Amino acid sequence: MSPALHLAATGHGFLSPTGVEIAFLLVGIATLGAAVLTVTTKQLVHAALWLVVALGGIAVEYLLLTAEFIAWVQVLIYVGSVVVLLLFGLMLTKAPIGPSPDADSGNRPAALAVAVAAAGLLVWVVVDAFRTTWIELDKGVQGSTAASGESLFRHWVLPFEALSVLLLAALVGAIVLSRKTAEPRDAQSGKEKR
Amino acid sequence: MNDVLDVALRLLALLLAFLVLPLLVGQTEHKVMAHMQGRLGPMYAGGFHGWAQLVADGVKFAQKEDVVPNGADRRIFQLAPAVALLPYLLVLVAIPVGPAEGAVGQVVDAGIFFVLAVMGVGVLGSLMAGWASANKFSLLGGLRTAAQLMAYELPMLLTAASVAMAAGTVSLPGILEAFEWWWVPWQIVGGVVFFTAGLAELQRPPFDAPIADSEIIFGAYTEYTGLRFALFLLAEYAGIVILCGLTTVLFLGGWHGPFADGLGWLWTLLKTAVLAFVVIWLRVSYPRLREDQLQRFAWTCLIPLSLAQIALTGVVKVVIS
Repeated sequence: MSPALHLAATGHGFLSPTGVEIAFLLVGIATLGAAVLTVTTKQLVHAALWLVVALGGIAVEYLLLTAEFIAWVQVLIYVGSVVVLLLFGLMLTKAPIGPSPDADSGNRPAALAVAVAAAGLLVWVVVDAFRTTWIELDKGVQGSTAASGESLFRHWVLPFEALSVLLLAALVGAIVLSRKTAEPRDAQSGKEKR
Repeated sequence: MNDVLDVALRLLALLLAFLVLPLLVGQTEHKVMAHMQGRLGPMYAGGFHGWAQLVADGVKFAQKEDVVPNGADRRIFQLAPAVALLPYLLVLVAIPVGPAEGAVGQVVDAGIFFVLAVMGVGVLGSLMAGWASANKFSLLGGLRTAAQLMAYELPMLLTAASVAMAAGTVSLPGILEAFEWWWVPWQIVGGVVFFTAGLAELQRPPFDAPIADSEIIFGAYTEYTGLRFALFLLAEYAGIVILCGLTTVLFLGGWHGPFADGLGWLWTLLKTAVLAFVVIWLRVSYPRLREDQLQRFAWTCLIPLSLAQIALTGVVKVVIS
């Protein structure tokens, strides 16, 4: 791990929080609220817009942890591209203004179980991995572009490459799937020509 | 106390620039377009060559009734202009004007990413407006906006990455520190691609299919009146200023030029102004691209060009190091 993250849990209590910690907590609560609204609102486009708030909140959390580069990439990829894609899809399906009651599929208990299990797993992994690791926020930026790039391409190259192969596979799969529906039509038009 | 004063002064300067520069571009557009089309343009407001035309327009917009259509999604409809405008104000913070320490609103470590990320958020405003208006022309405009953004965001990012590779940093002042004159011919293809993709992201002619007034009235902004409509227009002109400023900083060397120590800020402004003139010139001289032409141009022309630029940058970088 980077030298900046040093174990110094003794001397940092939870009873005298600093301003940054309070801000972190408040933004976290707002993010959680937005996330809950995302899955409970009856209006499809509102769900997408609440997702923007949730993803933006996570970016702010990264900023508060001085991971500036990750924060901007979060905004660029998720708010700028993924949500735009989502909205594009919603507009294509002509999402109505006002609630859409048929959007509930009845899988609510199963979805809730999966969500709770996933959240539990993630919280457990993060807590177990970092335990009492402490970041000194006063000592300047520690998640700068240089630091992130160095750890990504020096220590974590293999996972990075594996992820890019996975993404490439997904891309190829998407192309294959979209071509499959197009082929019969081509065959038909070919027959008509003959 | 001094810090507070410093921050307040910077914010004030930024706000002034944000309010004045787009109006200047707008007035220039009136006059340049008029002269290119063999007419005079606004001549009465303010007396001298109609300099106060946009101020008069502003007063007009402020007096108009603020109408929200009956079937619209009220809150999102009203929020959309702010979402479209504010990101450009934020981006202005990171653009360095001169070589001095204090000539940038705030030094952002990952400047390129900050600028492109926040600019991408502005498009959400158009999408919100397009959907919330409950109007089929608005919806079509929103759809076209989204499709256009997805096609043109990629070449913009790739060419910006090429400059970052050349400079070895992603901070905007850092890029200018590392700049040498021969970067201009070296990165020229990237610069053209960046500028073109930026025009498309701003939905300026010839890439204005999302607001094509002869096809879909005014796209996502069809239902807007009064001040909210003016905010969308202001966002467009602020976008021109930001795009030209960014192209200047990334590809044309920003404040570099003769007497850069004293007159660096003037060079930045001059280069930005020339690029803004080109933006207006393109509006007058090119017909609007059709929707399929738009997509084909992005995917088969701009993206291969930007990939080639990245390859060239990498090769030259390895050779000279």
